[in-house]
Amino acid sequence: MKHSFIDEYSDLDSFIHRLDPRTKLIASLAFIAAVVLTPASNWRVFIFYFCIISFLLIISKLPPLYVLKRSLVIFPFVFLIAVFIPFFKEGEIAGSYNIWLWQVSVTYSGLFILANVMVKAWLCILALILLSSTTKLAELLKGLGQLGVPRVMILILSFMYRYIFVLADEVMRMKQARDSRNFGRNRLHQLKTIGNMVGTLFIRSYERGERIYAAMLSRGFDGQIRTMQNLSFRPVDAYFSAIFCLILIFPCVIWW
Amino acid sequence: MDKVIEIKNLSFNYPDGHQGLKNVDLIVCPGENVAVIGPNGAGKSTLLLHLNGILRGNSTVKICGLVMEDKNLKEIRKRVGLVFQDPEDQLFSLSVFDDVAFGPINMDYSESEVRQRVTRSLEWVGMGGYEQRSPHHLSFGEKKRIAIATVLSLDPEILVIDEPTSNLDPRSKWTLVELLKQFPMTKIIATHDLELVNALCHRTVVMDEGKVVADGDTEVILGDIPLLKDHGLARANL
Repeated sequence: MKHSFIDEYSDLDSFIHRLDPRTKLIASLAFIAAVVLTPASNWRVFIFYFCIISFLLIISKLPPLYVLKRSLVIFPFVFLIAVFIPFFKEGEIAGSYNIWLWQVSVTYSGLFILANVMVKAWLCILALILLSSTTKLAELLKGLGQLGVPRVMILILSFMYRYIFVLADEVMRMKQARDSRNFGRNRLHQLKTIGNMVGTLFIRSYERGERIYAAMLSRGFDGQIRTMQNLSFRPVDAYFSAIFCLILIFPCVIWW
Repeated sequence: MDKVIEIKNLSFNYPDGHQGLKNVDLIVCPGENVAVIGPNGAGKSTLLLHLNGILRGNSTVKICGLVMEDKNLKEIRKRVGLVFQDPEDQLFSLSVFDDVAFGPINMDYSESEVRQRVTRSLEWVGMGGYEQRSPHHLSFGEKKRIAIATVLSLDPEILVIDEPTSNLDPRSKWTLVELLKQFPMTKIIATHDLELVNALCHRTVVMDEGKVVADGDTEVILGDIPLLKDHGLARANL
């Protein structure tokens, strides 16, 4: 079965793809921190950061349309959270409305902050798309492991990524079987069927978990998670990190 | 040390009370290829799970002279390579390399030794160069072969395979049979694919309802049509 993958374009080859996952992880976190910590009034800095991330996206050879489409996913979430800011922020009033018994007013500074939150969220998601599309998930997890994330967490994430598609296939087959037997009738009946499917899926996953554990035991697993370290931090990673940090700090120096 | 597997009077009850095995006796000598056949639910898989101590019944199972005890478990699991029926269960890592390396890493081999074993076992099953692929993207036949490689990397003395040919198309099936023929170690194969039994095993054990009902030469057993009919392995008279 064909699924779209989180790391869909991680097979491409570019300078960014070849960097050590740890370099990319830390650079992404640094970028996000820099974006979030920049005061909203410094709009030039945001343009500057946008140029950096665009440049990196271009040299990573990711299809621009794909990146754009993916990045738009974040807006509904951010909008839902931030939509009330313009109503509560005090300042010069941009518009005032009477809704039944209440009078609500929107302020300029509130709108400005809303726009800024959207820009910040978008820049951050671009950085994360760059990270996740240029790094294979297996490599990313290895990087996280070496950066000190507990191995149990890494193992859980890796099992999740390995079996999410197997489960998706199972759900799809169950749906096909259900639809082949004329799924319909009334709402209540439909809900009941869906409930049964969820339960079945849970039991199947549980049993699969047991079998996987038996397969692990058969190959000498004794509860201790051992891994092999095979990431290489090369000079180019060091140069990239140094230059990237300098660039991130650059706007603070000239525009503050 | 002339018996690699020695099971005497083994019975096993599942936690829900269902009796999986009843008084099973089995002795296997080095280099034998034994087929365990029987209808669905006959206890074949249950028996296989006893061979490396995943399940433990009420009697002693001896593998290569080692009694099935907690202190011998690691050694026994190194000697018995158990391949599960569904390769999706066997291949749980994000890359083929990690999966094949899982056993050797658990045995605390050095890094170069692990790499060597991975390369060798993948080449053995004809999947050299697949190290960095993700198991999810492979075809079913490829998954089956890599599942076998994951236990070959431990150099087992006994290769135990549950339903190696289920869900395989005839071409993949016969390639797999040719592959299995090349392996010199003792093989225990649970299946109900009688073509496979005929091509690969000289000895056949028939199981039904948790009991061993026949044990002998493959030719004799596969020639005994009434026996096969009795245990749901041949087309019944209508």
